[in-house]
Amino acid sequence: MLSLVVRRLGLLVVVLFGLSLLLFAWVRALPGDPARALLGEKATPAGIAAVNERYGFDQPVWQQYLTYLGQIVRGDFGASINTGEPVVTTFFERFPATIELSIAALVLAIALGIPLGYLAARRRGGWLDNIVVGWSLLGVVVPVFFLAVILKYALAIQFGWFPTSGRQNARIDATHITNFYVLDGLLTREWDASWDALVHLVLPALALGSIPLAIIVRITRASVLDVLSDDHVRTAQAKGLPRGVISRRHVLRNALLPVSTTLGLQAGALLSGAVLTETVFSINGIGSYLFDAVTQLDYPVLQGFILFIAVVYALVNLVVDVSYGFIDPRVRVS
Amino acid sequence: MSPQNAEQIDEQNAEQRRFTPTRRAFSMAAVATAGLATLSACAESQRDEDSGGQESGGSGRDTFVFGGSSDPDALDPVFASDGETFRITRQVFEGLVATEPGTTELAPSLATEWSTSEDGLSYTFTLAEGVTFSNGKAFDAAAVVANFDRWYNLRGIAQGEDLAYYYRSIFRGFATNDDASLGTSLYAGSTANSDGTVTVNLTAPFAGFLASLTLPAFAMQDTEAAEAGGGNGSDGSDPRQSDYAIGGIIGTGPFVFDSWERGQQITLKRNEDYWGEKAKVTTAVIRFISDGTARRQALQNGDIDGYDLVAPADVATLQDGGFQIQNRPAFNILYLGINQALPPLNDVRVRQAIAHSIDKEAVIANALPEGTEPATQFMPDNVIGWNENVTTYEYDVAAAQALLAEAGQTGLTIPFNYPTGVSRPYMPNPETIYNAISQQLSAAGITTTPVAEQWSPNYLDTVQGTATHGIHLLGWTGDYNDPDNFIGVFFGAATNEWGFTDQGIFDALATARTVTTEAEQETAYQDINEQIMTLLPGIPVASPVPSLAFAAGVEGYTASPVQDEVWNTVTVADA
Repeated sequence: MLSLVVRRLGLLVVVLFGLSLLLFAWVRALPGDPARALLGEKATPAGIAAVNERYGFDQPVWQQYLTYLGQIVRGDFGASINTGEPVVTTFFERFPATIELSIAALVLAIALGIPLGYLAARRRGGWLDNIVVGWSLLGVVVPVFFLAVILKYALAIQFGWFPTSGRQNARIDATHITNFYVLDGLLTREWDASWDALVHLVLPALALGSIPLAIIVRITRASVLDVLSDDHVRTAQAKGLPRGVISRRHVLRNALLPVSTTLGLQAGALLSGAVLTETVFSINGIGSYLFDAVTQLDYPVLQGFILFIAVVYALVNLVVDVSYGFIDPRVRVS
Repeated sequence: MSPQNAEQIDEQNAEQRRFTPTRRAFSMAAVATAGLATLSACAESQRDEDSGGQESGGSGRDTFVFGGSSDPDALDPVFASDGETFRITRQVFEGLVATEPGTTELAPSLATEWSTSEDGLSYTFTLAEGVTFSNGKAFDAAAVVANFDRWYNLRGIAQGEDLAYYYRSIFRGFATNDDASLGTSLYAGSTANSDGTVTVNLTAPFAGFLASLTLPAFAMQDTEAAEAGGGNGSDGSDPRQSDYAIGGIIGTGPFVFDSWERGQQITLKRNEDYWGEKAKVTTAVIRFISDGTARRQALQNGDIDGYDLVAPADVATLQDGGFQIQNRPAFNILYLGINQALPPLNDVRVRQAIAHSIDKEAVIANALPEGTEPATQFMPDNVIGWNENVTTYEYDVAAAQALLAEAGQTGLTIPFNYPTGVSRPYMPNPETIYNAISQQLSAAGITTTPVAEQWSPNYLDTVQGTATHGIHLLGWTGDYNDPDNFIGVFFGAATNEWGFTDQGIFDALATARTVTTEAEQETAYQDINEQIMTLLPGIPVASPVPSLAFAAGVEGYTASPVQDEVWNTVTVADA
């Protein structure tokens, strides 16, 4: 297990190196001039030249890359052209919002997806199965962005049940320690703040959770069906084991293996979905920040954030692979 | 072992296995709870019990929530040039001079009166008495001198156009210029005559000096706090990222800075020791919502109490929904730029033909907010030097066609650049404006090839940075009441945007900048406006009226043409 982790981390370094090169080239291939994007319609040629000089954009690209590489090796990811904030600081300021949203979306997707998928498989061909399969197809097909806009329009604007934007009501005086707002409210015993943060999470989490939900339902259903027809389940049934024991120990545990792998892959989908969801709901996570960075041509932010996201994605998948070993002891042995 | 035994053992193991994870789960839960409890013990609520964010019952709300479109660049206005930053710093800082609410007229602020020397080189200010900074320090003549000296002595990146933008453009230089494009500073030093009077000296007369002091960039700060918090960037770092500029700001205004959650909101608290009229609300929050539709929805949902730059299309919806709409007197100009570097646009008859083809009233009716007036020159009518009798070009298709025929340009085709994905105060919906104008041009026999580009980052690059574009949509929002801030910016020198060289106009603008009185300014700029409209480098279209929207219970907000809006008079009743 340890060697697996070490090998994977080593591989990650190689991947990140390649990614940094690709990113660097891609970001510079974006049309437009960052200095002009920064200075706007009031820019003068001298001002543009000064900004280009300050950020080294007047140097040959290969030289810029070497400088950049030298900096990131020392842990210096530079500062945003737009705001001057160090990229690393901003990332850690913004990341809790995205994580909170992603966890909420994932919890929602798992809590609904696994039982629904299981029940659909147990009652294969029944009305529940038909509904679940139909809706999950819809869930995969409907873009997160569209769903977010629809949910917001219907539940926040028409009915006024939920807030339209942000992470917390501006009129609540909340103390923030970890920047995970729900947790912060619990820690400081500001129950209203915690509840308010939770209410703000509902719509974005529903929107963002729609894709993993649909996929979890479908995979759970398929995999439960698969396991149900396995010999060991028939044996267990033949032994006369209680139905609950069979479901839990013999069916679900085996059926969840492919689901857990999917969850790891979903981390990537969640992060990219978060860009759109955060934009629609004005949530100050990394997604909305990246969105702004693209329109502002904020090179250091684009490069730094995408690298960090790659690291997060790789680590999540590593954790999933390791956890696979706990769910399925056979993997641990081999 | 008999099969039966095997079955029993298997079941026993199963029983054990069934319990093991439960026990593990239990211990994990216990550890988690203990951890949470420990964390919670050291996590104290910082809630202010007596003036917290709770709604006060009965007499309305004590928090005013305003929807802004983005984070400020920084909280130190010296290093900012964007409206979102100034919206916040205007609550915390005050300048020597302000504007009368709702107008561009000068009004006293930290200086109660002022006088100018004959030669226009020194200005003496009498300061308001009993003013203190929010940290208790007295505001006096020495503080004014310290502020002027602080700006003058900025070094390194702090001098950059993206940082000390307004100081560069008004004062033109620093004590030591680190940027070759800068010149001699307009600032020649200042003296504290007594605690209550101060004299500021200039190296050359500058008619717009007093008006420029209304800019939030030149508000009075506690310079010692700025220096102590690294706010001058003396060590070569970005002063916008200093402790001072991200949360240590000290001013004399009706609010003090409380907290900044990046990407989410800034919270201001009432300055309980404010020398003027104390704020009616205890807390003001600026919520950042980048999308215009999302801002409207947040207002409709009650998340915010008001927002700026209401889309013209939303005005009717909001009014029907019982929301208040306030029009900000226009202080901007939307124009159709013409690039004379692209023949035959260098032929004045062709430019006149374009001018005669455009029905400004129709463009306004089609694409601009209600209440917008057509423009006759490159500035709105509330700017000094606006000329009532300037040459105008009536909407007259026949005249346009005759001019084109005369110039031998019947069947003319020109590229027409317009931006997409942007909404500016002077240009709420460029696509609609483009459609209206291009149809009018085509009715007069001028074919346009549309060149649509994303505002950021391409559009400005193309129309200001290249020489091959034809006609284009652009505009400008003024910062303070100085004609140089409009036509001086557009036509002060040869640029790629306009593609012409007319030394007469360039020189006239340079001279007009240095006249000493407002009366002289008036004549000089009226004359220049006429010269410009005869040359016709472009077509001024209109000065669109930007709108603000508020919840029904909001009162006491006065919209200002130069956005000099201070919230100490705002009240929020329960709607």
